[in-house]
Amino acid sequence: MTPPAVDWIDHPAAVALAGRHRVRAWEVIPWLLALGFYFAFPKYLGFGTELLITILFALSLDLVLGYAGIVTLGQAAFFGAGAYTVGMLAKRGIWNEPITGLILAAAVAAAIGLGSGLVLLRTGGLTLLMLTLCTMALLEEAANLAHDYTGGFDGLDSLPIAPLLGRFEFNPLYPTTQYLYVLAVLFVCFVFVRTLVYSPFGQSLTGIRENTLRMHAVGAPVRWRLVLAYALSAAIAGVAGGIWAQANAYVNLGTLGLDRAATVLIILVLGGYGRLYGAFVGAVAYMALAHFLSKIYPTAWQLGLGLLLVVIALFARNGILGLTEAAARWRRAPRAIS
Amino acid sequence: MTAPLLETRALCRSFGALTAARDIDFTLEAGARHALIGPNGAGKTTFVNLLTGVIPPSSGAILMKGRDITRMDQARRVKLGIARTFQINRLFRRLSVLENVYIAVAERVGAAPSMLRPAGARRDVVDEAMHVLETLKLTTDAGRRISELPYGRQRLVELAIALGLKPEILLLDEPAAGVPSAESHIILDAIDGLPRDIGILIIDHDMDLVFRFAQRITVLVSGAVFATGTPPEIGADPNVRAVYLGRAGHG
Amino acid sequence: MLLGGVAAGMVLFIVSVGLSVTMGLMGFVNLAHGGFAMLGGYAIALAMRQWGLGFVPALGFGFVVIAVLSAVLERLLYSRLYRATELDQVLFSIGLVFMMIASVTVLVGPENQPLALPSYLRGQINLGITQYRTYSVFLIVVGILIIIGLWLTFERTRAGAQIRAAVDNRRMAESLGINIGRLFTVTFAFGSGMAALGGGLGAEFLGLDPQYALKYLVYFLIVVAVGGLGRVTGVFYAALLIGVLDFALKKYVPSGGTAFIYALTILLLLWRPQGLFGTKST
Repeated sequence: MTPPAVDWIDHPAAVALAGRHRVRAWEVIPWLLALGFYFAFPKYLGFGTELLITILFALSLDLVLGYAGIVTLGQAAFFGAGAYTVGMLAKRGIWNEPITGLILAAAVAAAIGLGSGLVLLRTGGLTLLMLTLCTMALLEEAANLAHDYTGGFDGLDSLPIAPLLGRFEFNPLYPTTQYLYVLAVLFVCFVFVRTLVYSPFGQSLTGIRENTLRMHAVGAPVRWRLVLAYALSAAIAGVAGGIWAQANAYVNLGTLGLDRAATVLIILVLGGYGRLYGAFVGAVAYMALAHFLSKIYPTAWQLGLGLLLVVIALFARNGILGLTEAAARWRRAPRAIS
Repeated sequence: MTAPLLETRALCRSFGALTAARDIDFTLEAGARHALIGPNGAGKTTFVNLLTGVIPPSSGAILMKGRDITRMDQARRVKLGIARTFQINRLFRRLSVLENVYIAVAERVGAAPSMLRPAGARRDVVDEAMHVLETLKLTTDAGRRISELPYGRQRLVELAIALGLKPEILLLDEPAAGVPSAESHIILDAIDGLPRDIGILIIDHDMDLVFRFAQRITVLVSGAVFATGTPPEIGADPNVRAVYLGRAGHG
Repeated sequence: MLLGGVAAGMVLFIVSVGLSVTMGLMGFVNLAHGGFAMLGGYAIALAMRQWGLGFVPALGFGFVVIAVLSAVLERLLYSRLYRATELDQVLFSIGLVFMMIASVTVLVGPENQPLALPSYLRGQINLGITQYRTYSVFLIVVGILIIIGLWLTFERTRAGAQIRAAVDNRRMAESLGINIGRLFTVTFAFGSGMAALGGGLGAEFLGLDPQYALKYLVYFLIVVAVGGLGRVTGVFYAALLIGVLDFALKKYVPSGGTAFIYALTILLLLWRPQGLFGTKST
C-alpha cells in the first residue's frame, strides 16, 4: 500500500508534538526572579547561592528519578564525588581554576556513575535501592578512611579557588561572584537537561519509566539508556557538588551523607518530579521553610516535615506542581474529574 | 526451496517440574495467516514469549529465514523484524496516541538515541507514525491520551505500535481480548487490512475470529502440538473437537 | 568476644525478621520499621522505670503495645499505599519515622534511655571453659527460641502456610480464599511487635535514643536484603553474619569495618540480587 500524498505536518497532534519543546513565556520568570534576587537582597546572597546549588542538585535527581524512573537514595555519592574532586585538587595545589574544575568534577562523577550504573542497574526495586544506598555509604566511609587526602571527618577547608575568569574573586564574606557564577552554571545545565528531556532520547526514557516491558518489546536497549541517563545525572550532580565546594571553599563528609541524599529527594518530591521545574519550586519551598523553622524549633520542624511527607505520599504524590496542575485541570473542566 | 520465514524445531521450555512447551515444530511462511488455539494453560503465550525472546528455551531451536536466532535477545529480534502485541495492553498511558507510535518508529529508524534535537523536529518519524495511525483509522485520536480512549481504541494503538516497527512477522496475542463485543469488529477489520506480505500468527479463543482469519490453524494442548491443518480440517477433526471445541460449548 | 557478635546478631534478627516478612509479604518498603523498634524500646524502658514492671513482663507489654499501634497504623495508613510506587512508600515511611522521632524527643527527651537489666541477667555466667556475659547468653537463647518458634509457625501451622503462600504468589493465595487484608494486618502487627521486642532487648548495647530509628536502619535493611525477602531462616543467617562481622571488625580492624560491610553487601546483592536465601522472581 503506497502512502497517500497527504502531509501530516499540519495535523494538530503532529503540531503539538513538534511544538512541545518551544520555550513558553513564563519560563523566563525563574531566571528573572533569580537575577532580581541578586539586586534586591544583597545581604542574602549566601543563602541564595546555597539555594541555586540545591536546585541544580535536585535537577540532577529529577533526570534520573523523574524521567528515567530510577529510585535512588544515593545521589549524594556523585555530589560528594564532585565536591571532593574540586576540594582535593585545590587543597593540594594541583588545580584550582573554577570552570575547568567543574568539568573535572563532572567527569569524575560521570565515571563513577557509569561504572556503578553498569553494575547496579541490572537489578531493580528494593535491591537497587539498597545498592545505591550502600554505594554512597561505601564512598562516605572511604572518604573517612582516606583522611590524609580528604581531611577525614573534618574535611578540607579554606580551599584556594582561583578567581573566576582570572578577575572575579570568590569572597566568602561578599558572595556576589559566587551567586552569579552559580546562576550561570545552573542556567547552562538546565538548558542541557531541558533539551535532553524533549529529545527522542528523553522520550524513550519516559517510555522506559512508563512501561519498561513495552520498551523492550519495541527493541529499545533499555539498560544502556538507563545507564546513560544515570551517568548524565551523576555528571550534573558532580557539577553541583563541585560548585558547592568552590562557593564555600570547603568540603566535608556531609556532601556524601544520607542526610543530603534524603533531603534532595524530599525537595524534588515536594516540588514535583518529572516536571523540570519541580526542582525549583521544591528547593525554594523547602529551604525557605527550613531557614525559618528548623533553627527555631528543630523538633517541630522534624515533626512537620514528617507529616508533610506522609501527606504527600498519601494525597499529593506529584508535589506542589502536581497540585497546581490538578487545580488547573479542575478549573477547566470541573465536571470531568475521573 | 527457500527457508520459511519463521521456524521452530523441537522447541522445549520447562519451569521446574512444569513443561510449558514440548518439542514444538512450527513453521510460518511469509504472507501466512496462521492461528494458534488451545485450552487455557496450553502454553500459547509461553510460545510467543519464546519466539520473541522474552524467555529462553530449555532446548530446541528458533530460526528466522534459515538463520538461528535462538540465543538472540528480544531487542535484536525486534530489529530483525519480529513484533508482537500483548494480551493485556502495554501502552504508555499518559502519552498521546501519536507519541506511543512515535516511540516505536523512533527506535526502528534509530532516532531514539538522539539527545540534542527536539523529538518533534524529526519530521520523518512523526510522518511515518501518522501514516501508521492512518492505516488503522486512528488519526482523529492521534493527539489524545491513551487513558482517555475506550479500551477497543486502545487495543488498536497496541496494534499500531507493532506496525510502527515495520515487522515481517507479527505475533498477536488475543488481539480482541477485553474488547466489548460492540467494538470488536474494529479489531477484526484492522487485522483483515494488514499488509499481505507480513507473516501473522494470532493466538485466540474466539473461534469466529480464528475461522474468519486463518489459512492454517495449529492446536496446542499441554505445551505440545496436538494438530495442524486448514480450518476445515481442524473443524472436522473429532479429536480437536473433543479436546477443545467441544468443551464448554464456546462459540 | 565472638559471643557478643552472635548476641548482637540475635538482636538484629529479632528486629529485622518483621521487616523481612512485611516486605516479602506486602511488598512494602517500610523504612519506619526501626521506628517501631525504637518506640518499643521506649515503652519497655518506661514501663520498667515508671511502673516498676519486671523485665520480662515489660517485654511482653512492649510487644503488645507496639503490635496494636502498628495494626492501627496499618489499617488507617499503610493499607492505602500497597499499590503505590516504591517511591511513595519510601517517602511515607521516612515521614512516619520522622514523626516518631520528633514525638519521642518532645515527650520524653533526646537523651539516651537507660534500661536497667534485672539482676539475674547481669554479670557473668560460667559455661564450661570460660566466663561469658550472662546477657549475651540470654540473648542467644532467646534468639534461638524465637527462630524455632517462627520456623514451627511458618512450617507447621495453617497461618504460617497462608503467609508463605501469599509471599510466593499473592494472587494465587487470594484465589484460594485466604483473607489477604487480615493476614497483612496480623503479620504487620506481629512483625512490628517483634521489632519492639528487639528494641528493648538490644537497648543494653545498642543504646536507646530517638535517633535509634534511623541510626541502625541501614543495618536492618542490609540484613533483610541479604537474607532474602520473606525468608525467616535467611534473615536469621544474614543477621548472625552481619552481627558477628561487625563485632569482629570493630575489634580487629576498627577503621574500615563499616566500609567492609557495605562492600560485602554490594557484592552479595550483585551476585544474588534476591538475597542469599531468596527465590528469583521470573
